Amino acid sequence: MSQEPTKPKLKLAIYWGAACGGCCVSVLDTHEKLLDIVAAADLVFWPIAMDIKYKDVENMPDKSIDLTLFNGAVRNSENKHMAQVLRQKSKILVAYGSCAYMGGIPGLANFFSKNDIFKRAYEETESTFNPEKTYPVTSTSVKEGTLEIPVMFNDVFPLDQIVDVDYYIPGCPPQSERLIEVFSAIVTGIGLPPAGSVVGANDKTNCDECKRKKSDKKQVRKFYRPWEIQDDKETCFIEQGVICMGPATRSGCGVRCVEGNSPCRGCYGPPPGATDPGAKMMAAIGTMINSNDPDEIDNIIETIVDPAGLFYRFSLPGSILGRKVI
Amino acid sequence: MNFRPTIVAFLCNWCAYTGADLAGTSRLHYAPNVRIIRIMCSGRIEPTFILKAFKEGADGILICGCHPGDCHYQEGNYKCLRRFKLLEKFVSQMGIEKERLKLEWISASEGKQFAELVNEMTKTILQLGPGKVKKTLEFEHLKTK
Ligand code: SF4
Ligand code: SF4
Ligand code: SF4
Ligand code: FES
Repeated sequence: MSQEPTKPKLKLAIYWGAACGGCCVSVLDTHEKLLDIVAAADLVFWPIAMDIKYKDVENMPDKSIDLTLFNGAVRNSENKHMAQVLRQKSKILVAYGSCAYMGGIPGLANFFSKNDIFKRAYEETESTFNPEKTYPVTSTSVKEGTLEIPVMFNDVFPLDQIVDVDYYIPGCPPQSERLIEVFSAIVTGIGLPPAGSVVGANDKTNCDECKRKKSDKKQVRKFYRPWEIQDDKETCFIEQGVICMGPATRSGCGVRCVEGNSPCRGCYGPPPGATDPGAKMMAAIGTMINSNDPDEIDNIIETIVDPAGLFYRFSLPGSILGRKVI
Repeated sequence: MNFRPTIVAFLCNWCAYTGADLAGTSRLHYAPNVRIIRIMCSGRIEPTFILKAFKEGADGILICGCHPGDCHYQEGNYKCLRRFKLLEKFVSQMGIEKERLKLEWISASEGKQFAELVNEMTKTILQLGPGKVKKTLEFEHLKTK
């Protein structure tokens, strides 16, 4: 039997910026399918699994990596540098996961400034003992020379505020099955939407795909935190007074959290046509509250303890305001 | 320092805009700081409009609709009121003084009230100084993209 001419394997890189590691684990969670990925692609860079140095990547020819999955936000000078290097070296750069897509959980730091954070971490926490008020510095001279560590920025950025991004795969972390779909599309070149699109997700809202019972009644007179009420396990959470991000969230995860009797927190980001999940949520909640009386409305809204943190849990840096005003 | 506040005013077509128009045709003098955007009903206001206006540099935002009970579309102004209350709480969490966002009801005959409202709001914003959203978002190192 004659040997089929083998197609050159794709070169794949996976990198983390300001990340928790969950996105890298979601790649491993493809289980035996990971072997298909490895069969179709050579992993040329993946810090969680391989010992390849930054300078090896810097020395790769431009556009020599076919696909880079970049997870994590951009929070410091190291993240930014690698975002720029990987942009230059990659044909397709994907913002993988909520952090790279919208800033994600680390993006909650945009409710504070770098000074607030350092003060809390290096002076105020209950477990800090730092009478000299020693703060980290980015450059230290020692006998052998100067040691440098990355500079932490005042802000957390989604990847596309630093470099151009070809595709976005939402989720915290993305559902592993959706990665396989996107990966096959990239390998075969079939079914890939135009650059700039969100892939590995659907084009509706979670409410559209949710199986819970909904009525058109606007009936909320008090909001509850999930632990404050007994969920009946079949009525829409918002109608029971528990805030669920379903109306402001892109579908594609299978409405997993609600399926598990937990309200959606919005990790898939805003649905098509909406740029800002919080704005969308405020619009939706405005129609759900059952009162026309200003004082009563105030009291009802008082029961939403932290609207900003709740509506932008995964998306503050990528939202319209982007951060708390300083 | 010559700070001239920019106030973006979203006015519903049926009452508030007509009221503002009346202020104009009655040649009432009011501060020249408002940029009026006419919308069909205050219930049409999406929170996105407000956030974008702040981002683009509005120092203050004024929303005016018909008095309760008078909305041309029955309930639009109530919907607006509920969204407004939530927005108000949200913007203060984001470090924007809530005096920069105001909701008032203006009828078609209240030209004078509209003029006074604008003067009042202009005064408030002058005291607060320029809005800081736009400045906050000017990230130095992004310019090297
Ligand atoms: S998107 Fe979620 S899982 Fe992925 S790195 Fe960020 S926090 Fe971790
Ligand atoms: S708000 Fe939540 S529970 Fe209600 S329909 Fe939407 S996704 Fe389902
Ligand atoms: S239900 Fe919401 S929070 Fe849960 S995985 Fe889906 S998008 Fe994310
Ligand atoms: S038409 Fe004026 S508020 Fe609805």
